[in-house]
Amino acid sequence: MFASRRSIAAIALTLVAVSACKKKPAPVPPPTPAPVVAPAPAPRVNQDSIDAARRAADAAAARSAADAEARRRAAELETVRNALATKVYFDLDKDDIRDDSKATLDAKAGVLGANANVRLRIAGHTDERGSDAYNLALGQRRAASIQRYLVARGVNASRFETVSFGKERPAMSGSDEGAWSKNRRGEFEIIAGNDNLRMPK
Amino acid sequence: MTINNALRRLALVALLGAFGMRPAAAGGQDTSAVGRGVRIGLTYAPGTRPGVLILPVSGANADSVGKILGRDLDWGDRLTVTGPDSGEAPTGVMNYAAFAGTGAVALVQATVTPAGSLHVVVHDVAAARVLSVADYPLSGPPLGAEWRAAVHRGSDEIERAITNTRGIASTRALFERGGQLWIIDSDGAMAHPMAGCEGALSPAWSPNGRSIAYDELANTGHHTIVVRDVLSGTVKRFATSHTLNITPTFSPDGNTIVFAAGNDGTDLYSVPAAGGASPTRIMVGQGTTNTNPTFSPDGRRIAFTSGRLAHPEVYIMDADGTNADLLTNKAFGDQLYRTAPDWSPDGRTVAFQSQISGVFQIMTIDVRDRNVVGLTSEGRNEEPSWAPDGRHLLFTSTRSGAKQLWILDVESGRLRQLTHGGSARMGAWSPRLDAVK
Repeated sequence: MFASRRSIAAIALTLVAVSACKKKPAPVPPPTPAPVVAPAPAPRVNQDSIDAARRAADAAAARSAADAEARRRAAELETVRNALATKVYFDLDKDDIRDDSKATLDAKAGVLGANANVRLRIAGHTDERGSDAYNLALGQRRAASIQRYLVARGVNASRFETVSFGKERPAMSGSDEGAWSKNRRGEFEIIAGNDNLRMPK
Repeated sequence: MTINNALRRLALVALLGAFGMRPAAAGGQDTSAVGRGVRIGLTYAPGTRPGVLILPVSGANADSVGKILGRDLDWGDRLTVTGPDSGEAPTGVMNYAAFAGTGAVALVQATVTPAGSLHVVVHDVAAARVLSVADYPLSGPPLGAEWRAAVHRGSDEIERAITNTRGIASTRALFERGGQLWIIDSDGAMAHPMAGCEGALSPAWSPNGRSIAYDELANTGHHTIVVRDVLSGTVKRFATSHTLNITPTFSPDGNTIVFAAGNDGTDLYSVPAAGGASPTRIMVGQGTTNTNPTFSPDGRRIAFTSGRLAHPEVYIMDADGTNADLLTNKAFGDQLYRTAPDWSPDGRTVAFQSQISGVFQIMTIDVRDRNVVGLTSEGRNEEPSWAPDGRHLLFTSTRSGAKQLWILDVESGRLRQLTHGGSARMGAWSPRLDAVK
């Protein structure tokens, strides 16, 4: 690409030089005219091209760095959002926080600590076995239990909204423990401060 | 010969019907006597189903009218119904002697008049006289909702003329299907979703049938109590400061709505149905779950579910929230879960659901002597709701494979499926709908 542009430029300059020579009298023909005139502008053109190429390369590098940063940021956002969204599960007819849920909730408390504008909706769900109404109350108790745990980890209670779907929105259909254990859960939705989420330090 | 065919069939049905009945009390009892010694209706032994013959109906849509009347009277579970046969409607003077000894204690003679009214004459065979004459204007398109309601009212008055107890054919039921509130006639016809009731759970009727109340579950998970005027569709919304406001019920005078609300545990709240005031807490659960209030017919007491003993049981308290007492205090085995009470219209029993071997079944408990009667055993059975006759129970059952609504006659044990199609639950039987005609 650069090579072919350079040759076109060189030919063009040579032609200009030849036509200019025709207008003036030439008592003494110059011994070596063409080689002196033609090469002189050529390095300048090359320099421009090189600068352009460097600028392009710099821009590409900057773009790529920005892309990398954006990817890193997206991954970070993903991590933070995942930390907030990860569900926790409950034992049958219980609202106690299980030991295997504590790390999940601690991670949420960390994210909430680093992002003061975030508000979370905590939704309690149940399996299908109890009665409709009693399950709504049980789901609400589960949401309240999660909130209580997070408040004990230093997050202000005003940053949560607790709701219950009872057994109205099962995560998994089926009437066996496999489905039931996935349906006895707490879910989390960011209802404010979703922008500019940061990783906890 | 139409009449002869009808008589033969009646005799057969009466004979077969006798085997399915519980034995009549010795010597029988006159159940037709009503206050001050005035006697109307027929005399028959309790527990029996006196025979009634529906004569061929005449006039427009006669076949449909005859079918609906026959089905209504059959499903009332108080009469053994024969007819109507195809054939010509009888005219002229009734020959009562021709029906003597057939088991038919009453005849129903129905005519659709040219003016568009259902004209019903009920005859007493033994006394050889007319028991009642009444007209029911058939408004709206034939077989439409209003037209059917008029025929059902005719059925209910026929039942009253013969048994002294008004039927329940002209009632309806609300239920939940696919996130919508549906309404259905007592005979299973006219099932359709009610517009604007998305997310409705736990529907309940006002005592006059003009309003309904339900828990509206929004996509955010917020529950609001909605009171909706059935005819106009206008709504009022009630909520406490909590996001969970569920299981509304009307007081018997229709003036008050009691419901459950709370966060970490639920309490019972009361609010004027007409609006204009904030809900006030009438029962403090101290962190336990309290739901499903249902009033005694005199309005003085409320039965409800409470988890105060760590497992749900049914309690009764005074309507002001005091004197809570465990109603389901019997040993039910190791499955400790009883809920969804519905106080019977006669005030004597409370229907509820109880886990047996981990599966819900419908039971009743006598409020005074605490005697418990199990009513179901097949499939999972839930959410009982009394008919206004205090004899039929609507409930959700999985016995057909999917959740559907079924109706049980608690006296005879006879059962029929009310809903078909998409799964249905949370049935609420309407009161008498005379005020909503």
